[in-house]
Amino acid sequence: MSIDAKTSVPALQRTPLHALHLALGARMAPFAGYDMPLNYPAGVLKEHRHTRVAAGLFDVSHMGQIVLRPKSGAMADAARAIERLVPADILGLAPGRQRYTFFTNGNGGILDDLMVSNRSDHYLLVVNAARKAQDLALLQDGLEGDCNVEQLDRALIALQGPKAESVLARLASDCVGMQFMDVRELTILGTECIAARSGYTGEDGFEISLPADVAREIAEGLLENPDVAPAGLAARDTLRLEAGLCLYGADIDTATTPTMAGLSWAIPAVRRQGPRAGGFPGARIILDELDRGPATRRVALAPETRTPVRAGAPLFAEETGGAPAGHVTSGGFGPSVDRPIAMGYVPAGLSAPGTVLFAEVRGKRLPVAVATFPFVEHRYKRA
Amino acid sequence: MLLRFTEDHEWLKIDGDVATVGITAYAAEQLGDLVFVQLPEIGTTLDKGDEAAVVESVKAASDVYAPAAGEVVGINEEIVNDPSIVNANPESSGWFYKLKLTDVKSLGGLMDEAAYKELIG
Repeated sequence: MSIDAKTSVPALQRTPLHALHLALGARMAPFAGYDMPLNYPAGVLKEHRHTRVAAGLFDVSHMGQIVLRPKSGAMADAARAIERLVPADILGLAPGRQRYTFFTNGNGGILDDLMVSNRSDHYLLVVNAARKAQDLALLQDGLEGDCNVEQLDRALIALQGPKAESVLARLASDCVGMQFMDVRELTILGTECIAARSGYTGEDGFEISLPADVAREIAEGLLENPDVAPAGLAARDTLRLEAGLCLYGADIDTATTPTMAGLSWAIPAVRRQGPRAGGFPGARIILDELDRGPATRRVALAPETRTPVRAGAPLFAEETGGAPAGHVTSGGFGPSVDRPIAMGYVPAGLSAPGTVLFAEVRGKRLPVAVATFPFVEHRYKRA
Repeated sequence: MLLRFTEDHEWLKIDGDVATVGITAYAAEQLGDLVFVQLPEIGTTLDKGDEAAVVESVKAASDVYAPAAGEVVGINEEIVNDPSIVNANPESSGWFYKLKLTDVKSLGGLMDEAAYKELIG
């Protein structure tokens, strides 16, 4: 067995919760330029399962938080400007609400996926850590003249799981009234924070933006509750995989369109037809693909043996011979479903649920059935 | 009974001409929670350095190499059914397979416990 030597990676950035991770005994690993907790002593399986039955606390401070403020003072001007970069209905996003969308490029590919919140006098964007520098440049170039673009230097934590509400309510009782994708200020241990009722685990929960200097105090305040356990990036990855959610750089990138990725639901009717149709990069390609249907599609894959099928594994239509028909983009073991799960891209003709394909793992072709997302039902707090 | 270790983080308990092989506590800890173990079939002949088994953690797959030449004469089905046994007891009930050694006298490149402990620091 070979185990990677412990190499010291220079100039890794640290989140405001770095010292807390070390104090909690986390196993740290580099991720998107940050020294991040992969798992804590409990281990990824326990952290994952605890999040599904109680609450997990994740440090996601490595993600980018960007404020867009309309230069005119009118939010509609900022909304129209943002709609030049994303295919979402930003003009129709009410104050106190958040929405999932993506930056597209001229080929209809995805430059990043992100959350946008209407914060009444500005928009708040949360973008992927690995893409924040590019996103910032894209916004500065694309919105110049319309918006002031500012990256926030704040911590971001995610409290996820069926007990997230009861845990947070002890510190901020008014979180109870929030619905999925609501955003509002909450005062937690005397500090005003910005909380969104959202996350990336498939569970109910909150993503909380907070000043860096109180991040540890608030995280420890949440961890005092026995229902809360710290959870690392490894558990975050298995949770989002079970929830069928895309990881940028693995399941979506500039080579995949929103239509291929099964994200058409995030392109509303007002951006498809009528006066505000199109107007975002790659609109012609994407709208055309929405009509015709994509040639390849992202599908859920259920391996039929116990062998995990991982990212990069080629997918074949037949058990022997032939060229690869597709490939796996994310895969591994699903701790809550207690079996291997995966997702990947296949030709539309092989994308019907129940279709049996073969993934090549260590030279052997193993049967995998096309399944349906999600592997674990979403439990968002909806009205 | 002789306890020996490899640079690749396997242990061998050698009793006569049969070695019981497993991965060390250090390896198990570094890998994290195991979710899949694939063992060689009984009767398989292995050369030193051959891929003998595969372990997969939540994050990644790793090969387990044969620490010496020999024939597989026993496998631990328990860890196939429940890979967490390897994390819980890597150097006892989490053993992998038994190898009938081709040549007990030429077990090159193996370390005793003190040397292995020095290796992992």
